[in-house]
Amino acid sequence: MPHRSEFWNFLLGNLSLSVLPLHNTLEDRILQVTFVIVAFSGAVILGWVTVKRQWGYLWREWFTTVDHKKLGIMYMILATVMLLRGFADAIMMRSQQAIAFGSNMGYLPPEHYDQIFTAHGAIMIFFVAMAYIVGLMNYVMPLQIGARDVAFPFLNNLSFWLTVAGVMLFMVSLFVGSFSRAGWLGYPPVSEYQTGPGVDYYIWGLQLSGLGTLLTGINFVVTILKMRAPGMKLMKMPMFTWTSLCTSGLIVVTFPILTAALFLLSMDRYVGTHFFTNDLGGNVMMYINLIWIWGHPEVYILILPLFGVFSEIVATFSGKRLFGYSSMVYATASIMILSYLVWLHHFFTMGSGPDVNSFFALTTMMISIPTGVKIFNWLFTMYRGRVRFDVPMLWTMGFLFTFTIGGMTGVMLSVAPADFLLHNSLFLVAHFHNVIIGGVVFGAFAGINYWFPKAFGFRLDAFWGKVSFWCWQIGFWVAFGPLYILGLMGVTRRLSHFEDPSLQKWFIIAAFGAFLILLGIGAFLMQIYVSVRHRERYAVGHDPWGGRTLEWSTSSPPPAYNFAFTPVVRERDAWADMKEHGYKRPLEDFRPIHMPKNTGTGVYIGMLGFGFGFAMTWFIWWLAIACFVGMIAVAIGHTFHYHREETIPAEDINKFEHTGNWKPGVEGAAA
Amino acid sequence: MSVNRLRGLALLPLLAILAGCKAVLLNPPGDVARQQSDVMITSVVLISLIIVPVLVAIGVIAWRYRASNRKARYQPDWEHSSQLELVVWAAPLLIIIALGAVTWIGTHQLDPYRPLSRVDDGSLINYKARALEIEVVSLDWKWLFFYPQYGIATVNDVAAPVKVPIHFKLTSSRMMNSFFVPALVGQIYTMAGMQTELHAAIEKPGVYKGFSANYSGLGYTDMRFTFRALSRKGFEKWIAKARASGHVLSLPAYRKLVEPSRNVPAEYFSTYASGLYHRILNMCTLPGQVCMDKMMAADARRNQWGPEASKKSQARSVSTEPQSQTRESSAH
Repeated sequence: MPHRSEFWNFLLGNLSLSVLPLHNTLEDRILQVTFVIVAFSGAVILGWVTVKRQWGYLWREWFTTVDHKKLGIMYMILATVMLLRGFADAIMMRSQQAIAFGSNMGYLPPEHYDQIFTAHGAIMIFFVAMAYIVGLMNYVMPLQIGARDVAFPFLNNLSFWLTVAGVMLFMVSLFVGSFSRAGWLGYPPVSEYQTGPGVDYYIWGLQLSGLGTLLTGINFVVTILKMRAPGMKLMKMPMFTWTSLCTSGLIVVTFPILTAALFLLSMDRYVGTHFFTNDLGGNVMMYINLIWIWGHPEVYILILPLFGVFSEIVATFSGKRLFGYSSMVYATASIMILSYLVWLHHFFTMGSGPDVNSFFALTTMMISIPTGVKIFNWLFTMYRGRVRFDVPMLWTMGFLFTFTIGGMTGVMLSVAPADFLLHNSLFLVAHFHNVIIGGVVFGAFAGINYWFPKAFGFRLDAFWGKVSFWCWQIGFWVAFGPLYILGLMGVTRRLSHFEDPSLQKWFIIAAFGAFLILLGIGAFLMQIYVSVRHRERYAVGHDPWGGRTLEWSTSSPPPAYNFAFTPVVRERDAWADMKEHGYKRPLEDFRPIHMPKNTGTGVYIGMLGFGFGFAMTWFIWWLAIACFVGMIAVAIGHTFHYHREETIPAEDINKFEHTGNWKPGVEGAAA
Repeated sequence: MSVNRLRGLALLPLLAILAGCKAVLLNPPGDVARQQSDVMITSVVLISLIIVPVLVAIGVIAWRYRASNRKARYQPDWEHSSQLELVVWAAPLLIIIALGAVTWIGTHQLDPYRPLSRVDDGSLINYKARALEIEVVSLDWKWLFFYPQYGIATVNDVAAPVKVPIHFKLTSSRMMNSFFVPALVGQIYTMAGMQTELHAAIEKPGVYKGFSANYSGLGYTDMRFTFRALSRKGFEKWIAKARASGHVLSLPAYRKLVEPSRNVPAEYFSTYASGLYHRILNMCTLPGQVCMDKMMAADARRNQWGPEASKKSQARSVSTEPQSQTRESSAH
């Protein structure tokens, strides 16, 4: 780096022109093309918003909103955008592994390839899977319990913008500097010895979004415990609400561990402590224990809400009550508790000794009992039902087949002696994609197809939905079947080059599978485009599937206040019970409703958080201090906003309750 | 039913796919790996007892109770059955109890720290008389092997006679790696400042692939080595070849070797600096570094006279055995 004065060093920290991808290397060429595409599409979108004069609308109605429904939709959009980014990484990895054999080194040297698998894993977990489940819970859970919003609406908005700040740090790392090469969990010593901004981007991105997730967890726990409609005892809550409660509980207990572990890692990196290096009594295994004490519950945080989604869908599309409700609740709760007791199975090969390994192997296997119970109960829910195979139910069927097999390979991995062979192999990679794609992703798509008509008043196109489903389902097996086989052949993960040419055919098949999944994602986007384009044609009533829970009792889309009168719950499937007993919606005597007012505070704190993370990454200390102080100041300033509520007048409610979408049409149920 | 019968059963559905490929983990030539593989296959069979009927039932029930089939019974309020509940909890529980027993026994029998009592399916052996000692160090990014019984050292090439118990002791210079020869035995981590152990034996002569199975940075992909299973005579020849190389792995030579490098060819040293493995393990290969075991011994002595010294700690500090490793510290 050319010498520059102290002043510029102070002002810019480690930033300089040389950290931009302006070099004549293949990596930088790829980044330049990416940048041109991103910049162009970004400019088109921003230009369109400007031309249409929509900035004010976006700011007032969306960015500053505290409405759980709008925040839920924004989370879903964020997750879908990040799915495209994470999937671009996946395609790059698959194509590299398909060609890099023998003398062909492929197009990605380790310096680049290692960033890509790190980014792929971290983005898919934190910003796709997490964003999808938080989005679904945000939108659906308050409606299901008959509440008007979450317990802390402003906090909800803040959580979202902290997540966005984390996303922005990850995305900026593409073009300014580089990203972590330490894997999605940032294991030391790799993460400690990697110089440059990559690992710091990773740390601060996760610290910000992790804080957002923690606040969401607290918010949802309080919402579910304190804001249920009268009559809704705990054992009368819908299954999705139960799983949301368990997931939120897990978030509250485990995310502080992530924060602490990353904090200790950043101490090692910034001020030279030795928590996780082997000098001065530090120990890498400490980090690996800590990160998995968070990391294993995290995968149950991801899957539990989707278990809830499948429970709702199976019951609705079988036209039947959920079989074994209490069993389901106890199964969910025992999964929640057991998930804390299994973390060591991620490193049986550390040498902990047979007693410790056996203990964690047995606890891991025990989780398959309540999970198996759930599968059986969904099966018995279909039994003696009238099963309609609409798109949400198709995804559910795909889940049942795929996830069950993923569960089987998971139990294989939990058998400690077998894990000594399978650990870190492509078999393991295939297994966790099997449960995360088969469970979380299929569940997210099932949920999107199921609740989309609730959120927008029109349903998603079924043809493109089916195309998307089959591409994903077949693509999944074509992409990950070969990885199972390669794993059994003793091939391990994270390799950017191979010597044995006989393996190549399997990687080519896997790459083809990834391409099929790409078509599935394309079909999903097409499905949304077609449905929005012809929304009149797809318009449905407020209860298109013959729903059983309270969200289907209100208009589609629901008004800002959700329910004009708080529903009174008598039975488990409250809405099915109300329909059965000829419930009549009141159409007069409306009262004004107090609702929280929008606020820009979340946006300000989130963006200052981004500034703080960026400044810390590049050692721009003045900016880091300024942003941090700014965050605190804005938060304190917000406490002086005394007028945080507004009243929706009775006339407005009266008007909406007469003009909203209350069409009875049960279009999807026609079959 | 014997494991081999089980193996045949489990492999039936997989045969079509696996026929064309060499799935080494399903039939490894190393005795320990083979037993680990047997446990894996037993677990597949046990889980299949429940998974296969469930997969079939999903298809059958979904088809039978499709909405268009008006002949099927429809009971919208049927939501509970105590007998069925009992079955759905008990069936997986029984499978897991069986699998748990297999796992408990397998985990203890195949503990990598446990000296071998057999080298193939045949007779018991006298472990102490015959074990080959190999000390392994993962460097950035290559493997260093010491043969203390023969006084030689090698890089990225390791050999052992067939049907002889091998005792690996492993550590790392810096990054965390995982030592893995799929044909021989399941992997184990190598960590700087700590020692892990592995016992194994190979049945059939051959040249097998070994590598790091845990991502350790930029040179990880090329961190491969060769594992040679040789006849007794071939092994003596291999040792003689290393001895004839004339290269000496002195402490300065080690400091040069430890510098990060990628895709390193095999190298042989006829002798090495005495106690080099011990110095690497205790992180004192650079001039002026105090070995961890010495430092801990000194700390233990100091604590003996310190105000907080209890009777217990005094008792322990009588033997100032290096505490630098985890539970395996007594293995010297």
